Amino acid sequence: MDISVADVEHVARLARLELSEAEKSLFAGQMGAILGYVEKLKGLNTEGILPTSHAVPMENAFREDVACPSIGVEKALANAPDRADSFYRVPKVIE
Amino acid sequence: MRFQPVIGLEVHVQLKTDSKIFCGCSTSFGSEPNSQTCPVCLGLPGALPVLNKKVVEFAIKAGLATNCSITPRSIFARKNYFYPDLPKGYQISQFEDPICQRGWLDIQVEGQELKRIGITRIHMEEDAGKLVHGEVSGLEEGSGVDLNRACTPLLEVVSEPDLRSSDEAVAYLKQLHQIVTWLGICDGNMEEGSFRCDANVSVMPVGSDVYGTRAEIKNVNSFKFVKQAIEYEIQRQIDLIEDGGRVVQETRLFDPNAGKTRSMRGKEEAHDYRYFPDPDLVPLVIDAAWVEQTRQELPELPECRRQRFMAAFSLPAYDAEVLTASRELADYFEACVALGANAKAVSNWVMGEITRSLNDSSTSIGTCPISPRLLVELLKLIDVGTISGKIAKTVFDEMWRSGKEPAAIVEEQGLVQVSDSGAIESIIDEILAREAGQVEEYRSGKDKLFGFFVGQVMKASKGKANPTVVNELLLSKLKG
Repeated sequence: MDISVADVEHVARLARLELSEAEKSLFAGQMGAILGYVEKLKGLNTEGILPTSHAVPMENAFREDVACPSIGVEKALANAPDRADSFYRVPKVIE
Repeated sequence: MRFQPVIGLEVHVQLKTDSKIFCGCSTSFGSEPNSQTCPVCLGLPGALPVLNKKVVEFAIKAGLATNCSITPRSIFARKNYFYPDLPKGYQISQFEDPICQRGWLDIQVEGQELKRIGITRIHMEEDAGKLVHGEVSGLEEGSGVDLNRACTPLLEVVSEPDLRSSDEAVAYLKQLHQIVTWLGICDGNMEEGSFRCDANVSVMPVGSDVYGTRAEIKNVNSFKFVKQAIEYEIQRQIDLIEDGGRVVQETRLFDPNAGKTRSMRGKEEAHDYRYFPDPDLVPLVIDAAWVEQTRQELPELPECRRQRFMAAFSLPAYDAEVLTASRELADYFEACVALGANAKAVSNWVMGEITRSLNDSSTSIGTCPISPRLLVELLKLIDVGTISGKIAKTVFDEMWRSGKEPAAIVEEQGLVQVSDSGAIESIIDEILAREAGQVEEYRSGKDKLFGFFVGQVMKASKGKANPTVVNELLLSKLKG
């Protein structure tokens, strides 16, 4: 399957990845090969089979609506690269 | 050229659960930032979301109350995008197979016919966190992220583009708001964001059936703003087209201070959410028995109750409408009627004195200081002639202030109505003697003066004379 450099640039932008020109053409080839491999599935007869959304045959896992203690502000912020008061601090978001 | 607006609404309804949709953190509002978080709602690696069963129950209720079909097997999907208020880099939502599909609401705009508005779908999803700018020390640079709201359960209710004016949009919103609060699944607080709306607005030439390009307006958090934002946006698009321009598909933000919508920069990039089934959450299967059981648990809905109030109590449509403004108000009314009071009399008092006093004191019917029993006691005093309707208002005000029994107030303040014809007769004689000139005019045909005499007698009796007796005696005495 053909994946263009423009396709790679598009998904890279969505994933916030910065790629060099060499990487773009390298990944275009690799992604094309992966998708080409998966394309083989199209050869199977899937008539009457619903699309599979989950790999395990399970349904309806619930929890009851009961509030439990949270982990606390200090633990929540323990891995934060930056904080202000009880907030995570991130670069200015302008709306 | 004349233009026809086309409007569709996406409403986010925050569900009134105790805990979040996929974890046990509390959903209460206003706590210290990030104090209600855990590995699941922080999006830490390896955390496993588990669906809150109550969210499903609430969603089924909302679906049934808006005439939707309940999807027998629905799944959750990941909606992928980056934003600082979204810790996982995706929002858990529903894409294909949402829990409720193809419903409708009938709306009524004053002076127009009933109109049916389609509901495309209702799906369950988690809310994002909250961003704070500048208000906290240390945030002069940068923005703050509070994830207490992250993972709070929402329903997104998507309407068909069936709305044709800002008035229709507001009527639809108000009805939806009434239903979700009536069901007890949402607190309806628009200021705190428990019920918020995005509006998709486009215009097309009158008579066309091809929709124009739409703009999505975000951040409209009151009925008034919805109306303003939609009206502004319709006019903006018409002006643009008439000047030879083209409407571009974009997200716009409503600025309530300016009364305008403006383009949201930085979100121009076409949305590409790459939805896919969330492998962490197994499919949700809802069988007919579950739907049926939920249907049994539904309260009588506002529209049914309106109809019943009109049929069972012979109330005018207006009364039925006002009394069913909220479930609590309707319950209050019915509690009074159940205690044996006349329905129309109760209705008049609830719509009049009760509503006025609630408004004046900014309280709601749930905390009304006058219980149904006390109101009915008051009405009984009027019925048996102990007090007049006018005096009853004085008693009512005192009941509101003190919470005392009406009979006790009447006794303490000597408000018992005077029906004794001898006592009233002597007052009348006194007045007629004093106002001989007016009596003369009345007798020569100036009928309008009758009201004047009634007023004088009532005043002289300090409002305590029985108006019926006063009328009868006055009539016969004035005849001469």
